[in-house]
Amino acid sequence: MTNDCVKDSMFRKVKVDEAEREHLDAPMTSVLADAWYRLRQNRAAVAALFILAAIVLLAIFAPVFSRYSFKEPDYNAIFALPDKAHIFGTDQFGRDLWVRCWMGCRISLMIAVVAALVDIFIGVTYGAVSALFGGRVDAIMQRIIEVLVGIPSLIIVILFLMAFPAGVGTIIAALSITGWVNMARLVRAEILKLKNQEFVLASRVLGTSSRGIILHDLVPNAVSVIVINVMFTIPSAIFTEAFLSFIGIGLAEPQASLGVLINNGYQVLQNYPHVMIFPAIIIILIMVCFSILGDGLRDALDPQMSR
Amino acid sequence: MENVLEVKNLVVDIRTQKGIIHAVRDVSFSLRQGETLAVVGESGCGKSMTMKAVMQILPKNARITDGQVLFHGKDLSKYSDRRMEKLRGSDISMIFQDPMTSLNPTMKIGKQIEEVLKLHRKEMTPDERRKRVVELLDLVGISNPETRYGQYPHQLSGGQRQRVDIAMALACDPDVLIADEPTTALDVTIQAQILDLMRELQKKVRTSIIIITHNLGVVANIADRVAVMYGGKIVETGDVRDIFYSPAHEYTKALLDSIPGAGDKERLHPIPGTPPGLMKPPAGCPFAARCRQTMEVCEKFMPDFYDQGTAHRAACWMLDPRAKEA
Amino acid sequence: MARYIVKRLIYIVVTLWVITTCTFFLMKKLPGTPFDPERFASMPQAQQEKVLEMYGLNDPVPVQYVKYLGNMLRGDLGTSFTYVNQPVTGIITSRLGPSFLIGAQAVLIGLAIGLILGILAAWHHNSGIDAITMIIAVLGVSVPNFVMAALLQYFVGLKWGILPIGFWTNWKCSILPTIALSFSATAMVARFMRTEMLDVLNQDYIVTAKAKGLSQMRILMFHAIRNSIIPVVTILGPIVINLMTGSLAVESVYSIPGIGSLFVDCIKGNDYPVIMGITVFYASFYMLVILLVDIIYSLIDPRIRLSKEQED
Repeated sequence: MTNDCVKDSMFRKVKVDEAEREHLDAPMTSVLADAWYRLRQNRAAVAALFILAAIVLLAIFAPVFSRYSFKEPDYNAIFALPDKAHIFGTDQFGRDLWVRCWMGCRISLMIAVVAALVDIFIGVTYGAVSALFGGRVDAIMQRIIEVLVGIPSLIIVILFLMAFPAGVGTIIAALSITGWVNMARLVRAEILKLKNQEFVLASRVLGTSSRGIILHDLVPNAVSVIVINVMFTIPSAIFTEAFLSFIGIGLAEPQASLGVLINNGYQVLQNYPHVMIFPAIIIILIMVCFSILGDGLRDALDPQMSR
Repeated sequence: MENVLEVKNLVVDIRTQKGIIHAVRDVSFSLRQGETLAVVGESGCGKSMTMKAVMQILPKNARITDGQVLFHGKDLSKYSDRRMEKLRGSDISMIFQDPMTSLNPTMKIGKQIEEVLKLHRKEMTPDERRKRVVELLDLVGISNPETRYGQYPHQLSGGQRQRVDIAMALACDPDVLIADEPTTALDVTIQAQILDLMRELQKKVRTSIIIITHNLGVVANIADRVAVMYGGKIVETGDVRDIFYSPAHEYTKALLDSIPGAGDKERLHPIPGTPPGLMKPPAGCPFAARCRQTMEVCEKFMPDFYDQGTAHRAACWMLDPRAKEA
Repeated sequence: MARYIVKRLIYIVVTLWVITTCTFFLMKKLPGTPFDPERFASMPQAQQEKVLEMYGLNDPVPVQYVKYLGNMLRGDLGTSFTYVNQPVTGIITSRLGPSFLIGAQAVLIGLAIGLILGILAAWHHNSGIDAITMIIAVLGVSVPNFVMAALLQYFVGLKWGILPIGFWTNWKCSILPTIALSFSATAMVARFMRTEMLDVLNQDYIVTAKAKGLSQMRILMFHAIRNSIIPVVTILGPIVINLMTGSLAVESVYSIPGIGSLFVDCIKGNDYPVIMGITVFYASFYMLVILLVDIIYSLIDPRIRLSKEQED
């Protein structure tokens, strides 16, 4: 066996390199670099990210670079089927659907992003105040939330829309007044969890200042919760807007949100299905991509929860 | 005495996304009727994987790639799933490290013990089974067994749950009981109680026990023989006295030095460094990088076993006659 | 337990009161009356008063509010503006049937298919069926229910002519709307079940069960499914919300005489009493479902004790 190759000369002491004593299978990286690495490993999430980027770019630039306007009727080209002149065809007023779709996409995305930002602002503030103050303040704020979660948010949104004139601003406001509750609860729970967690205790024992704790421990952990939640808020806002416009109480013609376009297409679905199919595909694509990206981000940012 | 269980040249590989982990590398040991064998080693040295391989309950990505597991002379690694199921829990049973998670939280503990009887003692009537479960609970020292029968795991303390685990494992009088760190998750006082219980039960039912642990106190308390594992390999085996009073392998020596002895006023001597990664295990002795006596040969070649007595063997180049000359 | 339920019921009452109050004053501020302004102006004074009294509109607003709350306690939600002389409570109850039929069918289908998919996906993790389940789960939450309803109506109903596209005449009419509604419920259940069961399969007690000699099948039946199905109860709340929302669009698309389409019609027609009535109905229904879910969950999962929560 091996013994044959063993030479007597090998029986002398050697000094072992200190570094060889530690065996770490993975190099140390920061939390965010680690998350980014994991996200890139997730092929579906990367694809979703690229598709979303393409959709955003098209929403911004497609209407700019088209020779058609999204609202000018052209009665010579009513219900044109998709062809070279009109990539997605035209609607009952001869308006180019390619431009209208990306215009609608632009409005839907804008509503969703602004609503999400307002959510973050109100939700994070509410949750943080509730968790950090604690005691009676927390108790009262939680009672308020408990009452609010009992109300189906759609009802609040609908009532809000009845009270104010329909428009982009109203929809954003309506989505915002219901959306923050979830964010506030998550942020509060996260902060409470972190407040009592051992590593925060450890850094306090080690003499780190509270500012240091907040910056190094609380913020990165809270940020992942917020990012993940936003990934689910945006598609749900896009859905709600489209839903309201579809049942006829959200935006209306001549504005062009995805919901308005689908509603408009649905009216003529029987004879001109292309009018509805294209905006429907875009909204489904956006929702699917956000869903996949959200899952990917959750797995990447919170490896304990991933499978 | 007859060998109940004999493991020969066992190799277990785990496939992961980053590569293959050679968790168990050429492990051999035997277990005689009625004896208690302690397998000692740091976490990640492959001791749990070895036992899971014996039970054939390896995780999906792990596989026995070589070697034999002989139970009464029959190779279990060749057994079908069906035959293995008949054996598990009845002839070989196992208890686990963490009693807080090893019981099903939504099932009454009586039912969980009864499940074993239902599977392996089909001739028993429901009444007999119930009686047997109460008997078992009583045997492992659980008070009010009749009431406990209908309770859920969360209503019991950690020590009590470990007793339930033991009752479950002993329900069918197994030939071999494998205990994977049975006391690690428990309070020190409870640890002693559980060890006492296992010793007592072994006298009563003559089961052979393999106990996995990293706690040398547990070894001294309960074991007849000891196998020391390091880096996926067994590096030394011997009677408990041999290991404690005349350790031969440098790792065993370092391990013994690292525990506080009674009345020992000297400082502790922790072993510097960490165990080797088993993705790319070292070619030579796995302990070479942390050893106090490392020689050139240690880094290049894996030593064979050197007999140190009737049943005492160690795989260390320091035991080679040539090492003494140098 | 009893104390917990009482506490929860108090919350429900408070929430309902908040909703009623907010909606009531909101409706009072909104323009529009139940009647055509020109016709109303041309009526003689006595008739005007009579009409106003019939709708309870001649009292000062605070009095109307107190009266409304009082009537509500007796189950009287006022009179509709558009459905002449019909009490709101009556309109709502007459519309319950179709909505409940479709909703219940959708929940059952969602649970049945979702559970099966979720179990298979977790059991054969990383296999073909797992991939299919994940695709269904993603599509189910991504395809808006109104798009689903419209597409089903177009393809299955109009193009292929397999099923009726609307008009509430017989049970067959409920098939397409049920499918459209159940899609997202199926996705939610499948996804939840899969996650839950993967989690359970990784638990130590599954290894214990294996070590006891249980076969794969028995582990699946008696430990894995049992333990992962219990928490599925908790997503019934979100599912109900989802179905309520979905029913507004789906019932409108398929012209089903249910609560959802009634709600949409009344919003468009400014029929405030009915809107208020449905709002109160939806909120109480939802909150009762949530309460029921919590109670059921505590009964079937021995680890959860409702009274414990009270102590926290």
